[in-house]
Amino acid sequence: MRTTVAGVALRMPYWVFTGGLAAIFLFPLGWTAVRSVAPQPGTNQVHGWGFGNYVTLGGYQAGIWRYLANSAFVSLLTVTLTLLISLLGGYAFARFKFPGRNLLFLATLAILMVPYATLLIPLYVLLNNVGLANSLVGVALVLTMFQLPFATFMMRISFEAIPRELDEAAQVDGCSSFALLRRVLLPSVKPGLITVGLFAFLAAWNDFIAPLILINDSDQMTLPLAVANLRGQVQGVVDYGATEAGVVVLALPCTVLFLLLQRHYVRGFMTGALKG
Amino acid sequence: MVKKRSRRDGNALMGWLYATPTAVFVALLFALPLLLVLKMSASRWPLLGGDKGLNFPDNYAKAVQNRFFADSLIFTLKYTILATILLIGLGLGLALLVQESSRWRNLLRASFLIPSALGLASASLLFYVLYSPLAGPLAPVMQRLGLSFLGTPNMALGSTLFLIVWRYAGFYMVLMLVGLQGIPAQVHEAALIDGASRWQQFRRVTLPLLRPTLALSTVLCVTGSLLAFEQFYILTKGGPDNSTISVVQLIYTVAFQGQNDLGVAAALSVIGLLALIVINVAQLRAFRSEGS
Repeated sequence: MRTTVAGVALRMPYWVFTGGLAAIFLFPLGWTAVRSVAPQPGTNQVHGWGFGNYVTLGGYQAGIWRYLANSAFVSLLTVTLTLLISLLGGYAFARFKFPGRNLLFLATLAILMVPYATLLIPLYVLLNNVGLANSLVGVALVLTMFQLPFATFMMRISFEAIPRELDEAAQVDGCSSFALLRRVLLPSVKPGLITVGLFAFLAAWNDFIAPLILINDSDQMTLPLAVANLRGQVQGVVDYGATEAGVVVLALPCTVLFLLLQRHYVRGFMTGALKG
Repeated sequence: MVKKRSRRDGNALMGWLYATPTAVFVALLFALPLLLVLKMSASRWPLLGGDKGLNFPDNYAKAVQNRFFADSLIFTLKYTILATILLIGLGLGLALLVQESSRWRNLLRASFLIPSALGLASASLLFYVLYSPLAGPLAPVMQRLGLSFLGTPNMALGSTLFLIVWRYAGFYMVLMLVGLQGIPAQVHEAALIDGASRWQQFRRVTLPLLRPTLALSTVLCVTGSLLAFEQFYILTKGGPDNSTISVVQLIYTVAFQGQNDLGVAAALSVIGLLALIVINVAQLRAFRSEGS
């Protein structure tokens, strides 16, 4: 039935419909990528195809390399801190009994319940008071805090999924709890770490509101902020070509990482959904 | 006995040691700011001057009297209801469409999901260009029809909703897929044997068993939509005629643009936090009582 002409004809409407839907989802990204190198009046790429819009982007204020470096710094610091804190925290919550354990875990999850803006206004004041005004380190600290509910939860269930017999065998061999974590358990929680790291990277790379509030200095801006500001550059005339190029630079690492790590991305949702 | 006890105490100490980084972050970057925002909301606190002493309840009075307070509240609620209905409905629809695995369906899944890898700010910038009357792909058609994507309040709301559906539908599709996978195949087989039609199966078997997933997705979607900011800050800039100002956008404006009043912004934030807690508790209650 499947390979017969009648079968194919019967399934045509389905293919057309679903293919059309997929096209709606893919078109905006594809169109922007193509337009960013296409000739377009009012941009730096008026005649013929080329990378003029990317040159405009490169020359904007402190230069795209500066903003890329800022974004990369914030993202890497956020990912590193999130991985480190949630690895140790997940281990503590899954394998140790200590006073205040449940309270601390609930307090960590409670971060999810509080609106972004509610925390960013006092954080702006606090960071100013400790000399972290206008600081990318400050932004990374704040973004790490916002990642902790998901990361801690994810790492806790990753550790809880490992049979306890493994710990006991290692402890009989005289392993300290840290050696146990480093040599025995770490390989088993690696998938959890990849998911946590991926989500932390996407969140930090893409975040807009935290740097918008915490960064005033144009040299310290992250990429999303720089591209958003670039629009109103010349007497209110928007350079659409440069904006398209900026969106491509912003989207590229995310889509590549997503395509490479799709499995881990989906697992992140599954753990959240299963527990909810 | 003695040995066992000392070992347990050692355990507790090590547990605290491993949990210390989490505790430090939660205490300094979450609990402390939460206390500070309460204090700020009860103090005169200009952006540049800092703490000028308690003035409770002036900030709350000013917050409620702000000329955009009621409008932004109504607009945010309207946007939240529309976005939630669209995203939950379309998420479920897409999930049913690609539920069984095949090469074609895996491709469809990936296409629906790719936009959710983008940041909301990037997606808003992308649609800012797509909707532009100068550079957008539909600009000539829209011009002939005499329409503009962001020209009227209703068009601006609709265009923002389209952007949000594009960005988030795949995300909700995955949540629904996970829920659908949790329904045992035998249940569907039993319904089939009993002669249930496809629609009856969906209505009487799939939907009731999907309730926990629908509840979680709705809470997530309502919370996210009530806190909407980037799509309005970047895409509509609150316009046209201040018709698309969300609550978070109002907080940002009061704090950092023009008024520069952190005290009133803190009061608005506290009101927003309380409203969010009430709405989420009400939702969870509703879903629970519906289930029993």
